[in-house]
Amino acid sequence: MPVHLESDFKTALRGDDRRGPRHYLRSVTVIATESLSKRFPRVTALDRLSVDVGPGVTGLVGANGAGKSTLIKILLGLSPATEGRAEVLGLDVATKGATIRERVGYMPEHDCLPPDVSATEFVVHMARMSGLPPAAARERTADTLRHVGLYEERYRPIGGYSTGMKQRVKLAQALVHDPQLVFLDEPTNGLDPVGRDDMLGLIRRIHTDFGISVLVTSHLLGELERTCDHVVVIDGGKLLRSSSTTDFTQTTTTLAIEVTDTDDHPDGTRAVRDALHARGVDVLDGSGGLPGAGHILLLTAQGEQTYDLVRDVVADLGLGLVRMEQRRHHISEVFTDSDQGSEQSTDAQRKEAVGHGG
Amino acid sequence: MAVEQPVATKSGDQTRIHNIGYRAYDGPRLGRSYATRSLYSQSLRGAYGLGRSVKSKVLPMLLFVVMCVPAAIMVAVAVATKASDLPVDYTRYAIVMQAVISLYVASQAPQSVSRDLRFKTVPLYFSRPIETADYVRAKFAALASALFLLTAAPLLVLYVGALLAKLDFADQTKGFAQGLVSVALLSLLFAGIGLVIASFTPRRGFGIAAVIAVLTISYGSVSTLQAIADAQSLDGEGSSGAIAWIGLFSPITLIDGVQSAFLGASSAFPGGVGPSNGEGVVYVLLTLGLIAASYGLLMRRYRKVGL
Repeated sequence: MPVHLESDFKTALRGDDRRGPRHYLRSVTVIATESLSKRFPRVTALDRLSVDVGPGVTGLVGANGAGKSTLIKILLGLSPATEGRAEVLGLDVATKGATIRERVGYMPEHDCLPPDVSATEFVVHMARMSGLPPAAARERTADTLRHVGLYEERYRPIGGYSTGMKQRVKLAQALVHDPQLVFLDEPTNGLDPVGRDDMLGLIRRIHTDFGISVLVTSHLLGELERTCDHVVVIDGGKLLRSSSTTDFTQTTTTLAIEVTDTDDHPDGTRAVRDALHARGVDVLDGSGGLPGAGHILLLTAQGEQTYDLVRDVVADLGLGLVRMEQRRHHISEVFTDSDQGSEQSTDAQRKEAVGHGG
Repeated sequence: MAVEQPVATKSGDQTRIHNIGYRAYDGPRLGRSYATRSLYSQSLRGAYGLGRSVKSKVLPMLLFVVMCVPAAIMVAVAVATKASDLPVDYTRYAIVMQAVISLYVASQAPQSVSRDLRFKTVPLYFSRPIETADYVRAKFAALASALFLLTAAPLLVLYVGALLAKLDFADQTKGFAQGLVSVALLSLLFAGIGLVIASFTPRRGFGIAAVIAVLTISYGSVSTLQAIADAQSLDGEGSSGAIAWIGLFSPITLIDGVQSAFLGASSAFPGGVGPSNGEGVVYVLLTLGLIAASYGLLMRRYRKVGL
């Protein structure tokens, strides 16, 4: 199911036109929290969290139970904070909840779609629940479903949809009233790798083409670093790190390479490994015990030149390059200090290879 | 990624479909009360299966027809035989047809609230401008209105028929008005009870069974006890007062008591003796109290559901 990309030059220009005045009106900070805490009788979900989020796509990363969903509930004005304060679009969540919810979209983590109605009927209803008049609700629904990549199937009952299509409907209901900001809670959950990439591309477009700021949560840092401008990492309700995405990626990019075998090089993988060794690039062992995993080479990319080097080496050997991709990193890797033993990081990467390879 | 596709037109004019990209919405946002009204109308339509699958239209429509057909037959008989009065009072009709009404509540209350709970649609509502109270009010009002349609429609048939049969206008109008007040109370009471029960289970089947059980078991035990009390009072051992007090414990006898005390209805209680005026006040208070309590319980329930 390919994402229907409509981002041609003209659209991009229009998007910019549209975002211009909006940005102007908008305060620089989309979300601001100030020593925000949420305590339940048994657990502390948020612990004096202070963070500022600007326009653009922001990733909120944390393990399950780190307090991501609690934070979203507080920001929607649905759950009072135990202490501290928070503002969304310059509005206080404690007093302006209804106004915030009119200007914000929310896509929950869990299933939330009734199976016996069509996507069109459902999204029209949700548009009206956001305050859109009937005619506008229908028009916006058709537009939004097209933008998220649902076409003829939108007239069929949702019960028959694939997980990917359901995620698109969930996204559409969050966007249908043209909010200024959307909260996407684990939008890639349950999707296969292709579905994930489609969804991440779509999330990117929500900002670049639609001009809507995004707060997207995930427990996988790797998938956010290519999508987000800024990443906020929380753990145990505390802020661990808040920085622009480039800071994360530069130190942690791992490339996975797979090549074909030829008559000259019956074991193409080994040939590439040796050739790379000869040029002084360390190749990590990608074999994680899985069949076929031995054909994947992992190496740390230092920058642009590494990509060029791989290309040249493979071309010189006359092999076919089956894949060259950035590996996703698990959140735990962010906290692996660079001076720790390489064995440990190899371990982490091996796990990654097991998780995603094959 | 075909962005611009020329459309083949016979006249060969310059019609093309352009990619118009994302369009912002600058129109009005009608806010909370509009959203509440939208939820109300959607739920009311849903209670008759409108806007839903063909399968879900069958039962509510069937029950509606079953409610109206006896009224139509009575009218036909009254017109044909030139009777001086309708075979059944306006106030009595709902009591006679209580099984149909119970079935309707049991089938539609869970479809109204259990679906949202089961498919976890509730968070989508509460992430929008409406508040818990708006949701509860819209759902309550929608089911009560649906029940009122179900119970008032046959009364309307009776009334129109009575006028066609040239029965006494003033008398019929008074009876019709009393009947409407009675079914309005009944609709609110049944909607409240049905929704409270249904809101505690995300499973539609459980909801249906629970609502039917509460309505029939309470009515069954109340009428049995009343029959026993009646037999004893005939033997001279008890008093007919017990019958009236027992009637407080099931929704349908509650309505029966209210209307026989204040709305000129003849009681369906054994012995045909309804509550006295003093007892009637208790009936009215309890009815209103139950309606208020079910609203309160729904509010409490949905405050917990939240996101």
